[in-house]
Amino acid sequence: MGARFRTSSPLAASADFRRQIEDLRPYLLRYASLQLRDAAAAEDAVQEGLLAALAGEANFAGRSNLRTWLTGILKHKIVDAIRRQSRERTAAELEPGSDAKEFDGLFDRRGHWEESPDAWEQPEGALGQKQFLAALEACLRALPERTARAFMMREHLGLETSEICKELQITPTHCWVMLHRARMALRLCLQTNWFEK
Amino acid sequence: MLLSCKETTRLLSQGEDRRLTFGERVALRVHLAICNGCRNVNAQFKFLRLAMKDLASDGSEEKSA
Repeated sequence: MGARFRTSSPLAASADFRRQIEDLRPYLLRYASLQLRDAAAAEDAVQEGLLAALAGEANFAGRSNLRTWLTGILKHKIVDAIRRQSRERTAAELEPGSDAKEFDGLFDRRGHWEESPDAWEQPEGALGQKQFLAALEACLRALPERTARAFMMREHLGLETSEICKELQITPTHCWVMLHRARMALRLCLQTNWFEK
Repeated sequence: MLLSCKETTRLLSQGEDRRLTFGERVALRVHLAICNGCRNVNAQFKFLRLAMKDLASDGSEEKSA
């Protein structure tokens, strides 16, 4: 948190504020779990975030959306957790299936579609549907771990590529390769599991 | 520069993550003008971003995400 973030003891938070925050715990836990894929790590990040929020009640005063504010705090805790996770692992390497042989079957030797992708019908209609979100989540979980982590940092946490590279200690090119791979895999997965059904 | 479909999907994806160069944008536009499949993929990549926003907000509207 920045220097301007005023803090007091978490115990000093008002009961009402505490209750409002507790009500959002399930949402925050889900938010963290999607990124971290590890129940214990997600639990820790949420706990740290809630403590920080309770200690910083004064900073919330006057803001309209508690959930947005809490999610912002939680994002920092999630990035901390990712940093810890990547420190525990060896330096980044590409997952198998990189470069030349990637997307085999989708393209011919000259790089043209074997089978030209069809348009999805009225995709906006899927937004907001619980079953669609479940299908999307299943597709995300099917991604290889590193690919998923980079993609979620980009699209779930909304980080810039430069921040992702820094946290995962990879080059921008490597990052773009993983994001491309993730998007290609997700469109195929959604195509099969939602739009063609 | 004439792009293959594979290269086109790569640039479309990067276009979601960085500002493409002028040359890249021109090459993309030329390819998309003649390729239905890649136009569909472009729309799908953009839809993915919306869907991820939707997932993050648990399907409920949120003004400032």
